[in-house]
Amino acid sequence: MCLGIPGKILECFDRSGLRMAKVQFGGIVRESCLECVPEAQTGDYVVVHVGFAISKVDPEEAARTYRLLEEMGQLTELNAMAVVDEKLTMSRRSS
Amino acid sequence: MKYVDEYRNKEVAENIAREIRRIQTRPWVIMEVCGGQTHSIVKHGIDYLLPEAVELVHGPGCPVCVTPLEMIDKAHAIARHRGVIFCSFGDMLRVPGSEGDLLALKSQGADVRVVYSPLDCLKIARANPDRQIVFFAVGFETTAPANAMAVWQAKREELKNFSILVSHVLVPPAIAAILQSAHNRVQGFLGPGHVCAIMGYSEYEAISARYRVPIVITGFEPLDILEGALMVVRQLENGQAEVENQYARAVRREGNRRAQDVVAEVFEIGDRKWRGIGSISRSGYKLRSEYRDLDAERIFEVKAIETKESSVCVSGQILQGIKKPHDCPVFGTLCTPQTPLGATMVSAEGACAAYYAYGRHRERNERGTGVLE
Repeated sequence: MCLGIPGKILECFDRSGLRMAKVQFGGIVRESCLECVPEAQTGDYVVVHVGFAISKVDPEEAARTYRLLEEMGQLTELNAMAVVDEKLTMSRRSS
Repeated sequence: MKYVDEYRNKEVAENIAREIRRIQTRPWVIMEVCGGQTHSIVKHGIDYLLPEAVELVHGPGCPVCVTPLEMIDKAHAIARHRGVIFCSFGDMLRVPGSEGDLLALKSQGADVRVVYSPLDCLKIARANPDRQIVFFAVGFETTAPANAMAVWQAKREELKNFSILVSHVLVPPAIAAILQSAHNRVQGFLGPGHVCAIMGYSEYEAISARYRVPIVITGFEPLDILEGALMVVRQLENGQAEVENQYARAVRREGNRRAQDVVAEVFEIGDRKWRGIGSISRSGYKLRSEYRDLDAERIFEVKAIETKESSVCVSGQILQGIKKPHDCPVFGTLCTPQTPLGATMVSAEGACAAYYAYGRHRERNERGTGVLE
């Protein structure tokens, strides 16, 4: 499975010439290999798949996406309210 | 959990679904490629949340499902060898070959071990110099860097007792094969998020342009999938056919260059047979000749194995998005996760297994308007 879970790097170390890290996923801490994400540092979040970090999570992108999604909710509600307003206006006119 | 929980917010999910409903003017068929996405959709009931006019069909992104039966039989034959420690990810353990599965072999005395990471196999190899350690390297592009790294490290350490049995497949050729099929119903794709975290998504731009389909690279949490679906529907409604990146927090257009380099060092592209679909040219990885000493298929010459697939199983059509598990006459009855007849039931992330796990075999109405028994 392409199961990749975001976890937080707690500490980095070397083993057998490979750069490794202790990564925290919720309540669990597992070792992950950082060779494919050399720029990742303690405190960064990485997506880990079968014990390998495959990508560093971009916190700005994450926040931007999330803001857009939340805003959409507000927009959708505004749209819904506008439709209700229109229907009320029309029903008042017809009565 | 950060970067997980917030993407499961129910209120935001409903808002996105409402927005899709607002802009949609006609029915659309969208395929999600990854088994992990299929699993998330079924588990969270995302297909129920979406308007009926958006149909999600499930793709071939389940590497266990598409591993040919002959390859599984080869794995079992190697596991039976005296002196072999056969290592595998957990999801392969209950996959039946022509006769039994790895778990059964283990109970019969074979040394079969589950590993979390391919690097664990190197630990086992170092600790057991008199044994042959073989790793079943099944996966898509996501898993290739990890497997490549293990092979590269083993060669660097001059480990003589480690090899891998390769069953790696690639997503873009599979998507192209589906789009080329005369039976294709798919109009847009949710692209594979973690495959693209590694490989980037420039390959998908060529496919999108050639076949005029929108492809939105999508994550795995409910909000990811819903936002991906919204972006596909927007494009379809506007007559667009482009690649977009919904999973921007983890995916960049160029992907992970370091990971790609490791893969290119160890693997090269070759033809592969996909269970339920057939042979697709240049659709998989094989070890480069410099690493032939770590190729289990060479080291353990396994005779050509005659395999027979179930005549009633329709997993090939399910993997291509032509049918759903409900369309199969034996889904949930003769064919269950305990007694799987074919590819999409054998793996936990196959569409049939996912549907079964979340009780879909007990439904009367597919679209959630009926009552779940």
